Amino acid sequence: MYSEKVMDHFLQPRNMGVIDNPDGVGEAGNPVCGDVMAVYIKVEDHKLNDIKFKTFGCVAAIAVSSMVSEMAKGMSLEEAKDISKKAIADSLDGLPKEKMHCSNLGAEALGKAIEDYERGVRNR
Amino acid sequence: MKIVYIDHASATPVRPEVKEAMFPYFDKYFANPSTVYDIGTRIKKEVDAQREKVADLIGAKGGEIIFTSSGAEANNQALKGVALGYQKKGGHIIVSGIEHHSVLNSARFLERLDFEVTYLPVDGYGLVDPERLRKSIRPETTLVSIMHGNNEIGTIEPIAELSSVCKEKGILFHTDAVGTVGNIPVDVNDLGVDLLSLSAVSMCGPKGIGALYVREKTRVMPLIHGGIQERGRRAGTENVPGIMGLGKAAELAKGEVRGKMTQLQDLRDALRSGISKHISRVHFTGHTDQRLPGHLSMCFEAIEGEALTFILSQQGIYINTGSACASKALKTSPVLVAISVKPEVAQGSAVFTIGSANTHEDITYVINRLPRMVERLRSYSPLWQNGNAR
Repeated sequence: MYSEKVMDHFLQPRNMGVIDNPDGVGEAGNPVCGDVMAVYIKVEDHKLNDIKFKTFGCVAAIAVSSMVSEMAKGMSLEEAKDISKKAIADSLDGLPKEKMHCSNLGAEALGKAIEDYERGVRNR
Repeated sequence: MKIVYIDHASATPVRPEVKEAMFPYFDKYFANPSTVYDIGTRIKKEVDAQREKVADLIGAKGGEIIFTSSGAEANNQALKGVALGYQKKGGHIIVSGIEHHSVLNSARFLERLDFEVTYLPVDGYGLVDPERLRKSIRPETTLVSIMHGNNEIGTIEPIAELSSVCKEKGILFHTDAVGTVGNIPVDVNDLGVDLLSLSAVSMCGPKGIGALYVREKTRVMPLIHGGIQERGRRAGTENVPGIMGLGKAAELAKGEVRGKMTQLQDLRDALRSGISKHISRVHFTGHTDQRLPGHLSMCFEAIEGEALTFILSQQGIYINTGSACASKALKTSPVLVAISVKPEVAQGSAVFTIGSANTHEDITYVINRLPRMVERLRSYSPLWQNGNAR
């Protein structure tokens, strides 16, 4: 049902964990629906210097968060904001149709973490 | 790698004796049982002998057994067949809220044909209350369908009590006994039921064959029209190898069911105590004692069941889950909703169904690995903080 890449990211998720004193935090999803993703970022020179995540959810949700973190690491904030759910799913060699909302969640959580960082900068 | 298959509610391995009984009927004895010549009538005789064996397992008569393609078809036949057969008497049926999809969706189909359906709620163990059933009965009620053993939470319903409420009022009673026949002793007269569904899949028989018991003089409208097979109640050339397999499986189950029950209960209790000992924040679901012997179900807080199922399969352990993410519809299991499990907790559903091939070694293997896997997924989860669910 899942591609080898999905299983690889599920079984060995990259960047799993939290960042102490993060520059931005974003959370997406809701436990009632079965998926919650929390993304923590460190920003330097307008770039994503570090990124970590925690995920409650199915195989697809965990693989998506791992893939998003790998894709976004080192990107500029603008580039990272543009990561689409399709790009995430494609990088995982596809997701089952009913799991596409998981890749949406990955993009959403990352976007929220960047917004959180930008809000912090503005209010500084 | 060692394989520990603990998902016997989904499928069971076909026993060698059952396979043996089936094989000659693919090629050697291939004739159509409806033909008039000797090689056909001989097979017809064998088919009827299997009917007797299935009847014998549940305390019925051969003529009361209709062979079907599955337990799901038997459930469809019972609900639609009775509702349509007794349409002139009334248009109301009652089912419980925790029935198998083949009962619930048949009931919904009947609603589209303007029948009225009452969905009975259950308590926190999944039990239907006989008094509540009594109050739901109307003058136009023709059928009540309540399952015997629930596949998701293992609870065994008080069928004899429930059916006696219906008998008082002359209402037919059907039970979906796919989970129980072959796993515990089942007798249609002790249960007081008029119709009962069973499947070979639950008793180490082949897929693609089930049966519906229909008490004498009960009218069921056929769903499959055509020839006069199954006394005109189900058309289509018989699945002879399947019927031979079901007959053999029923014969074996008759002699072994009590011993199997004790064996499965023993393994289940060992699994339950191992899980309780090594894993925190776990909610066992269903009734503690009134439950299927090899059935253990639970929800682990802060993790999701599909992820758990996959991570365990990497360890050679095969289980099931009722989590929303594992259902293509992405809906929380209606059974877990009906017993009032919180939706976020219901996501962590895990269902272990032990079979007679499982051993204490298998249980130890699971207890040695399951806690680590649960812990690993919890370490990924933002809902798990400092050994507790957020």
